Amino acid sequence: MPPMTFAEKALARAAGLPATVAGQIVDARPDIALSHDNTAAIARTFYSLGIKKVKHPERLAITLDHAVPAPTTQHAQNHAEVRQFVLEQGVQHAFEVGRGICHQVLSEEAIVLPGETILGADSHTTHFGWLGAFGAGVGRSEMAAIWATDELWLRVPETLKFQLVGDWPAGVTAKDLCLRIIGDLGADGGLYYSIEFAGPALMALSLESRMVIPNMMAEFGAKNSYLPPDQAVFDYLAPKARHPYTPLYPDAGATYAETYTYDVSQLEPLVALPHRVDKVVPVSQVRGTRVQQAFIGTCTNGRLEDLAAAAEVMKGRQVAAGTRLLIIPASSEVLKAAIQQGYIQTFLEAGATIGTPGCGPCMGNHMGVPAPGEVTISSANRNFQGRMGTRDAELYLASPAVVAASAVTGYITNPAELEK
Amino acid sequence: MKFSGRTWKYGDNVNTDVIFPGKYTYTVTDKREMAKHALEDLDAGFAKAVQPGDIIVAGTNWGNGSSREQAVTCLRQAGVTAIVAKSIGRIYFRNAVNDALLPIVCPAAVDAIEHGEVISIDLAEHTVTCAAGTFSFPPLSPSVMAIIDAGGLLEMLRKRLAAEAQG
Ligand code: SF4
Repeated sequence: MPPMTFAEKALARAAGLPATVAGQIVDARPDIALSHDNTAAIARTFYSLGIKKVKHPERLAITLDHAVPAPTTQHAQNHAEVRQFVLEQGVQHAFEVGRGICHQVLSEEAIVLPGETILGADSHTTHFGWLGAFGAGVGRSEMAAIWATDELWLRVPETLKFQLVGDWPAGVTAKDLCLRIIGDLGADGGLYYSIEFAGPALMALSLESRMVIPNMMAEFGAKNSYLPPDQAVFDYLAPKARHPYTPLYPDAGATYAETYTYDVSQLEPLVALPHRVDKVVPVSQVRGTRVQQAFIGTCTNGRLEDLAAAAEVMKGRQVAAGTRLLIIPASSEVLKAAIQQGYIQTFLEAGATIGTPGCGPCMGNHMGVPAPGEVTISSANRNFQGRMGTRDAELYLASPAVVAASAVTGYITNPAELEK
Repeated sequence: MKFSGRTWKYGDNVNTDVIFPGKYTYTVTDKREMAKHALEDLDAGFAKAVQPGDIIVAGTNWGNGSSREQAVTCLRQAGVTAIVAKSIGRIYFRNAVNDALLPIVCPAAVDAIEHGEVISIDLAEHTVTCAAGTFSFPPLSPSVMAIIDAGGLLEMLRKRLAAEAQG
């Protein structure tokens, strides 16, 4: 058998084939099919096919997270329809309003395991590469088709490989690495590819930091992304995994379309400028840009270590007059731990506001949408025009510490510059 | 199969949020209503002036971003038949195939086409023809064409389920 990349191996496994090769189209059976608030719309499509029962309801995972708690009657009705579907189909992996963002909750619950395949009706399903799973986003009709037939056509992608070396400088995060890569190669630089990461600088990262990387690769155009699971991942999963699993690793000699080496010791804190995730500059270059809103949350950077980094900046400081700081933990587990650690106390004392775990204003549904003309600095993954619900608002992306420091001064700030 | 249509030409990196704003994703469910918001944050005049048979011409990475299928549905519903682009976001590409909106990747044609001109597309010959010339594009794979020919993924599935029911 010729040497295979991770994607070739994972899709061979998902399709029940001994091997696949990039370019091949296979019928893949996902281990998990993820949907969220969009479940109601998918259910309507599904029932319109004349089918009553999902083929494998135990493979479905459904979270209410995109507009929670419901901001309008229409949203509430949408949630009610999702709950109805969960009951009708006997979906076990179903998570209520307030539990958190789908990618975070499924990671905490270990619903997807190394080597497995998850297809999600959400573009950031690439997230699950953090534990060595094949995660890819699909459309709503495709999700209805998966529910009906338990399979979906997928093209086996070619692969780009990123080798990470060097020591991480203080204040530089996985977010900065992702912004650097996307800034260098463009928002379509990874279009259609499977993106594999490797190297000592990758394995030096905490699991929470690792999650940022495949999550952000959706903004690079990737189909999926992969980090090789190590002992830290296995230890994390040990008390949680519901069944045995077999991690997959790319073969030595597998074919890569391109291999890049990034020395992380050369990185500095970065921001993406409105309205492009690939318009990336050092924080110093936009220092002084006024911000009306600072938002820390989302599936990219709303985890405990992100809140820890923000709390360290906020401790003993106040949010600047004319600026508001919005903190939305990615899950109820994160919120609970942040309360225990005293971070929430720190935020409240600094004048921040805390939202219900979920997506918050990330895609402009509610709970912190900006006014026209306002500037937001956010820890999210996407800064498209109108993304946060307001077309004439500007959106900068950065790591949580930079967002927090900007809340303190009221303008875009590198935390290293704050007085000790 | 051959067809032609009037073009609407846009630049690089047009994302799903400007094709169909996220704020409507849980509130606008009617397909005709979706068409009214097509390209709302990119080209405010589009939704009113678009006509059945029109073709979108775009630069690189058309439809990058969200998995939202409405970004395809709103154009299909408005009567758009094809996207001719330099490259197309991967989920958008899939959604287009699954909703039988032809995704054609043909960078040379995109450079040559003028906004508003009528172009023709020949699927058998894999060519796009505009005033400036004829350009070929790589054929779509047979499994992808089968979905488009069936009228989309769900239509294909309906036919399959009906056939299975007949035994
Ligand atoms: S937090 Fe934002 S990017 Fe993540 S799943 Fe929610 S809406 Fe999508």
